[in-house]
Amino acid sequence: MTERSATTSPVLPPLDAVGIVREAGLTAFVVFALTFSLVGFKVEDVPGGLDIVTRFDQVLAATVLAFTGRVVLILLHKRRHLPVILVGLAIAAVILGLVVAARGAPESATAAWLPFESVVVNVLVAVAALVLAGRAAWSAWRRDVGVSDEAVELAARVHKAAIFLGPLMLGFAVVLPFLPFADRRLLDIAILVVTYVMLGWGLNIVVGLAGLLDLGYVAFYAVGAYSYALLAINFDLGFWVCLPFAGIMAAFAGILLGFPVLRLRGDYLAIVTLGFGEMIRVILLNWYEFTKGPDGISGIPRPTLFGLPFTRTDPDGGETFHSFFGLTYSPLDRIIFLYYLILILALVTNFFTMRIRRLPIGRAWEALREDEVACRSIGINPRNTKLTAFSIGAMFGGFGGSFFATRQGFISPESFTFIESAIILAIVVLGGMGSQIGVVFAAILLIGLPEFFRELQQYRMLAFGAAMVAIMVWRPRGLLAFRDPTIRLSDHDTAPEKQT
Amino acid sequence: MLEVSGLHAFYGHIEALRGVDVTVNEGEIVTLIGANGAGKSTLLMSICGNPRAAAGRILFEGGEITQLPTHQIVRLGIAQSPEGRRIFPFMSVLENLQMGAAVTDPGHFDDDLRRVFELYPVLEKRRHQRGGTLSGGEQQMLAIGRALMSRPRLLLLDEPSLGLAPLLVKQIFAVIREINEQQNVTVFLVEQNAFHALQLAHRGYVMANGKIVMSGSGETLLADKEIRAAYLEGGH
Ligand SMILES: Nc1ncnc2c1ncn2[C@@H]1O[C@H](COP(=O)(O)OP(=O)(O)O)[C@@H](O)[C@H]1O
Ligand SMILES: [Mg+2]
Repeated sequence: MTERSATTSPVLPPLDAVGIVREAGLTAFVVFALTFSLVGFKVEDVPGGLDIVTRFDQVLAATVLAFTGRVVLILLHKRRHLPVILVGLAIAAVILGLVVAARGAPESATAAWLPFESVVVNVLVAVAALVLAGRAAWSAWRRDVGVSDEAVELAARVHKAAIFLGPLMLGFAVVLPFLPFADRRLLDIAILVVTYVMLGWGLNIVVGLAGLLDLGYVAFYAVGAYSYALLAINFDLGFWVCLPFAGIMAAFAGILLGFPVLRLRGDYLAIVTLGFGEMIRVILLNWYEFTKGPDGISGIPRPTLFGLPFTRTDPDGGETFHSFFGLTYSPLDRIIFLYYLILILALVTNFFTMRIRRLPIGRAWEALREDEVACRSIGINPRNTKLTAFSIGAMFGGFGGSFFATRQGFISPESFTFIESAIILAIVVLGGMGSQIGVVFAAILLIGLPEFFRELQQYRMLAFGAAMVAIMVWRPRGLLAFRDPTIRLSDHDTAPEKQT
Repeated sequence: MLEVSGLHAFYGHIEALRGVDVTVNEGEIVTLIGANGAGKSTLLMSICGNPRAAAGRILFEGGEITQLPTHQIVRLGIAQSPEGRRIFPFMSVLENLQMGAAVTDPGHFDDDLRRVFELYPVLEKRRHQRGGTLSGGEQQMLAIGRALMSRPRLLLLDEPSLGLAPLLVKQIFAVIREINEQQNVTVFLVEQNAFHALQLAHRGYVMANGKIVMSGSGETLLADKEIRAAYLEGGH
C-alpha cells in the first residue's frame, strides 16, 4: 500500500550514486573472487602434458555483467525504469547486430568486438538485456516494482488456466512422437524430461505437500532401479511383474528412512536425508557380491508390450512387436514405447497426488507442513502421517528407478549421486512447492533446455545456477507458488457474494 | 469430568508445573488465570500430553489419560484451541474446519459446519479465504470453530482474547457461553483477561509459579482483594 501511494507522487527521491556504485561494486567483487580461480584458469591437454590457459577476458566479462545487473536491479527498485529500458535495448541491439554482421565470418574484425567467442553466449547476453528491459517496461507500466501481487496474480491465473492448459499439454505429450519434427534426439530429451516430471511429482508429495525437506530422494530412485535389475536378472521376471515389487521395496526404504527422522524438521531433516541418500549409494558401491559394486549391472531386460519385444528378431524365435502388428521394423518403436511408458507412470503419479490431496491423509500432510503442533491438537498422528508421506513419495521414486533401469539396460552407483537429488528438489522448489503444473514447467526449464543447449558446454551449469538465483530472487516461493483449496461448497458458492 | 492431581511437568530442567490439582465438572466453565509465565499454557498442553506429565495423574471421564499419545487424547473428546491460535495459514477457512473434523465421522461434517457457521457467521463469509489473511478476531473464531468441529465434550481454550479489541473480546466470550449452554460443551478457559474470564466462569483457579494458589467461584475470586490488586486493577 505504501509503495503504491508513493508512486502517485511524481517526485522521486534523488539517487545515491556513491551507495549504488558501492553496492554494485561489492557484487562485482564477489563475482570476480568466485570466477577468478574457477573461470580464469583452465587446464588444457596439450601434446606432452597439461598446460594452464588463462581466460581473464571472461572473468572481466562476468564481473562487468554482475556490476551492470546489480545497478539495473537497484535502479528498478528506485523506480528509474527509463534508463534501464534504454540501456537494455541498446546493449541487445548492439550485440545482436554484431552477431548478425559477423555471421559466417568468425575471424573478422566485427567478431572481435563481440564480448564472447561463443555465438550462443552472445545471444544469451542479448536476450538477458532484452528481458531486463522488458521487465522494466512492464513494471513502469504497472507502476509497481518487485514481486508482490503481479506474481501471485500470474500464478493464480496459470493455475486457473491449468484446467485447459493441463489437458492441452497432455494432448501435446500424447501426440508428440507422431509429430513431423519428433526425431530420436527430441524423443530422448522428452523421455528424460518426463522422467524428471514424474520424479518431481513424486518428491512433491514429500516436500511440497508434507513439507519434509528431503535431500536424499535419489536413494529411492536407486532402490527401485536395483530392485528391478536384480529381480529381473536373478529370477528372470518381466518388467511389469517387477515394477510393483520395486515400488514396494522403495516404499520400505522410505519407511526405514522415516523412522529415525521423525523428530527432525527443516535443516536437520535435510542433512539426515542427504546422508541417507549417500549411504544407499555407498552400500551399492561396496556390497560387491550383491550389486557388483562399481562395475554396475548390465544386460537388464528391456520392457516388452505384453511379452512382445521391440527387437528386430526375437532371440527365442517368437513374435516381436513389429511382426505381430505387421509393421516394418523401426528402432524408433522402442523409444516411442519407452516414452509412453514413462508418460503413463508420470500420469499415474499425478492422478494419485491430485486424488490423495482430497483425502484425509493428503489433507493431513498439508496440515503437517503448516503446523505440527496444531495437527496434534486436532488428533492427527504425526508419526503415521510422516511415514506415509515418505513411503508413498519413495514408492514413486522406485517406479521411476525401475523405468530408468529398463531404459538404460545398465545401472551403476554413479547414476545415483547427490546431484540427482538436488536437481529433482530444484524442480519441485522452482515449480512452486506443491504445484503440479509448476513441476512440469520447471522440469522443461531445468532438464529440457540444458539438453537442447548442450553446445553451451561448461556454461550450462553456470546458466543453471544463474536461473536458480534469478528465480529465488524474484519468486522466492517458486515459479507458480499457488495453492488451490481442496474443498469448495458449490451450493453456497452460487449465492451472490455480499462482502468478502 | 477432568481431574488433574499432583501434576508435575518439565521443559528440560525447568519445572513448569509443580504439583497442580484442578477439577473440571461436566457442564461447567472453569477458568485459569495467572501472570505471564505462570504455567497456564503448560497445564493445558500437558493435559493433551505435550509436555508429558513427569508425575501426577490426569483422568478424563474416569479414565486415565496421563500416558496416552496426544492424538488419541483428542479422539476421546477433548479439543484444544492452543495458544497463538495456530490455524493453518495457507489453507482456506473451510479446509481449516475440515481439518478440525479429521477425527470424527465424516457423516457429521455438514451439521457441524452449519453449527459453527451459526456461531460465527463471519466465517461463512470468509470460507474460501486463506486462514492467514483473516483478521486476528476472525482467526480466533476459526481456531475455536476448528476445535468444535471434532465434537468435543471438553473444550480447552488458551487466551482467546489475546490481542483483540475490547468489543471483540466481549463477542468471543459471549459465544463461549453459548457453546457451553446450548451445545453442552464443558469449557476450561485459560485467560489473562481475568475480569472477563471470572465474570463468565462458574469457577476459577489462580496460578503462580507452576502452582495453584487460589480457587473458588467466579464471584468470590472477582471480589477477592488480592486478586483485584494483582490481576484486575492496573492492567485491565
Ligand atoms: N517450549 C518451552 N521450552 C522451555 N520452557 C518453556 C517452554 N514453554 C514454556 N516454558 C517456560 O515454562 C514456564 C511456563 O510457561 P507458560 O506455560 O507458557 O506460561 P503462561 O501460559 O502462564 O504464560 C515459563 O517459565 C516459560 O518460560
Ligand atoms: Mg500462555
